[in-house]
Amino acid sequence: MFGLVTYILLAQLAAFAIVIFFGKRLPRGGDWVSLLAIWSSLAAALYLFATQMLANYDPHYFQGFTFDWLSWGDYRLTIGYAVDNMAIMMLVVVTLVSAVVFLFSVGYMKGDPKYSRFFAFLSLFAFSMLGVVLADNLLVIFVFWELVGLTSYLLIGFWHEKDSAADAGKKAFIVNRIGDAGMLIGILFVFTTLGTLNLHEISEGVAAGRLSGVMLTITGICLFCGAIGKSAQFPLHVWLPDAMEGPTPVSALIHAATMVAAGVYLTARLFVILTFDASLVIAYVGGFTALFAATIAVAQYDIKRVLAYSTLSQLGYMVMALGSGAYMAGFFHLVTHAMFKACLFLGSGSVIYAMHHALHHIHSDADPQDMRNMGGLKKHQPLTFWTFLIATVALSGVPLTSGFLSKDAILGGTLAFAMQHPKHWLLPVFGFSAAALTAFYMFRLIYLTFTGTFRPGKEAEAELHESPWVMTLPLVVLATLSIFIFYTLPNFNPASPRGGWFATLFPDPPRAYESTMVHSAGLEGHEAEASVHGRAGAEGGTAHALDEPAPPDIDRRAVETPIVHEEQSPETHEALHDVHHRAHSTAMLISIFAAGLGILIATMGYLWATLNPATWQRRLGVLYRGMFHKWWFDEIYGATAVKGTLLLSTILGWFDLYIVDGIVNGAAWLGRVFAFIEGWFDLYIVDGLVNLTAWFVGIWGRIVRLFQGGQLQRYILYTLVVIGIFIVLKVV
Amino acid sequence: MHNLTVYLLISAALFLLGLLAIMTRKNAVSVLMGIELMLNSAGLNFVAFSRFSSGNLNGQVAALFIVIIAAAEAAVALAIFLNLYRLKATSDVDKADLLQG
Repeated sequence: MFGLVTYILLAQLAAFAIVIFFGKRLPRGGDWVSLLAIWSSLAAALYLFATQMLANYDPHYFQGFTFDWLSWGDYRLTIGYAVDNMAIMMLVVVTLVSAVVFLFSVGYMKGDPKYSRFFAFLSLFAFSMLGVVLADNLLVIFVFWELVGLTSYLLIGFWHEKDSAADAGKKAFIVNRIGDAGMLIGILFVFTTLGTLNLHEISEGVAAGRLSGVMLTITGICLFCGAIGKSAQFPLHVWLPDAMEGPTPVSALIHAATMVAAGVYLTARLFVILTFDASLVIAYVGGFTALFAATIAVAQYDIKRVLAYSTLSQLGYMVMALGSGAYMAGFFHLVTHAMFKACLFLGSGSVIYAMHHALHHIHSDADPQDMRNMGGLKKHQPLTFWTFLIATVALSGVPLTSGFLSKDAILGGTLAFAMQHPKHWLLPVFGFSAAALTAFYMFRLIYLTFTGTFRPGKEAEAELHESPWVMTLPLVVLATLSIFIFYTLPNFNPASPRGGWFATLFPDPPRAYESTMVHSAGLEGHEAEASVHGRAGAEGGTAHALDEPAPPDIDRRAVETPIVHEEQSPETHEALHDVHHRAHSTAMLISIFAAGLGILIATMGYLWATLNPATWQRRLGVLYRGMFHKWWFDEIYGATAVKGTLLLSTILGWFDLYIVDGIVNGAAWLGRVFAFIEGWFDLYIVDGLVNLTAWFVGIWGRIVRLFQGGQLQRYILYTLVVIGIFIVLKVV
Repeated sequence: MHNLTVYLLISAALFLLGLLAIMTRKNAVSVLMGIELMLNSAGLNFVAFSRFSSGNLNGQVAALFIVIIAAAEAAVALAIFLNLYRLKATSDVDKADLLQG
């Protein structure tokens, strides 16, 4: 068990070390070292998954392994692994996506002068990401979190000869740093109040009420700031679209499937300690991002940018789900999204690869990523097209795909939340409008890229080819995993994830505010409902699992806390179950309708040409321009944050130059003045006194010298005179 | 007139004669002779006081010391004069004014 986990983690580090140091001397640039490490880790992760989650499923499975890292006084800082169901699931997702992306990179990066280094960085990334997944401790998570940020920076700026790539790398790094600062503050809050950073002990401390109320809310939001940065939620979303300057496999692996999911994963990890208020903030941030990013994606022409904004939007969904209490749904969407979004990105990579060669052949310097230069690629890249289509359908939430199941679970959860808290009706509205937009922009992308005629002309079209097998095999694998059948076993149900293995394996845990509020006598209405809702959701998730030995429907901690089951009368339970059921069916209908509407409009606009996009762009006016210019966020940040920083720097520079340097120079000047006065004093007063003394002595010396004739007789005469004087005085 | 007084007067006269010789003579040897006179006047004083006052021989021993010291002093002084003569080719003490300030 620990051997396997350690192997999964350290194999990547070893691969990184080998490839970065010896890559150039190894055959094929050492790519096989990275591939071997990740594919064997995938096997190990799948083995863990099969043995721990399929064969001996335990809803509270937890294996911790900690050792002391630092100890002072009574306090010990421990680090270690925390392997639970969620971590195993993430291990599978990360290693799987990494494995196929590594394979894809072999084809995509072929002939790149820094081929070897690319694989070294990929391995380092896999190591960091797996570290985040496995860490049992906020501090260790933070360390790996930063490592992930570093590798992201290295890979975005991989083609740093291009200024835009170097800038994008810096932008990603700096914007992430802002979120990480918030996260660090949250970690310090946790440490000062609970005295521990271990996730398990934190949730125990929160359950014991040692951190609660406003403080807990603030802590939750601060920690969530890290997730805002990494998962590119509004307002720190600006780095992700620019991150598309990196090589396409990097976009697929890091900026679509895994790294950006780290924020969601962290939020899921912290799910149990989030208060109601913190959850609301999270839900609104997610919901707003989901809609906001979708509107931008609608008006972009760069194929990867559309996908990037789509990623933002989908991450917003996950965050919104976690915020509104649909834990399983959020995590489920993370897993399904990782598959189809990686597939979409790799598909776009395959397209760009072909476009690049075709455009290069006709010596055109047109942008190979611009969809306006594409069209009709279906004929030439059938495999890419079909896998791309499957992933698109999944992303749009069309029934019989994994995306439908997970998105539907999110929308159902959000709708149920809004039905219980009617004040927050905006959340499902965000969700459903984003769903319609998602379907629209994805099909717009498909039509612009794969249908119609190839716009650069016949000569270039002859050069279009399907990509090699190392690039198409990953597409096939990921597209296959985007089909619903993998997510509804063993209880086959194409309409709902409930009863599917995923929902069975990840019941919604109750949160801190739900278990602690049982202690307080005066229950607030909505919180009480939320509490019941949390547990009812968990039950709802397991009720359908007919052939599973029904796992306990309430979290172990909830059982330990004195929840009185009688409080929950059968009627209210039924009613809540009903709310969920109704919400779910309603959400399903609306989301199918929304997706259908989006697809229909896209088809009318870009395939049948019954709607003219240009006319509608004019009619939408400022709305369209807003979408096209990404709501001017780069400009706004440029004018406020960047300009503000520059202005502040200028002011500080001025301050340094004139005030600080002025003080220093003033001090120096004062020193000079004093030195001058002192020099004068020394020269005239001190030296004067000394010279006066010398002069005085000289005068006396001159007087006394008169007596020193050097003639004995004269001395004797003086003596005689003195003796004479004495005698006279004596006598007188 | 007391006998002692006679001796003391003679001694004083000798001393003054010696002093006069030192102060007035330019020749170094004459000066040396004046010093000898003064020394001997002091010796005469010692012997006289010894004879007429204390009754012990301390004063007479001192007179013997003076004789010995005078001999040694004369030897040293003559050596100095020889050197002076070598340096300045003169025995005039007025010329020996090297220490003049």
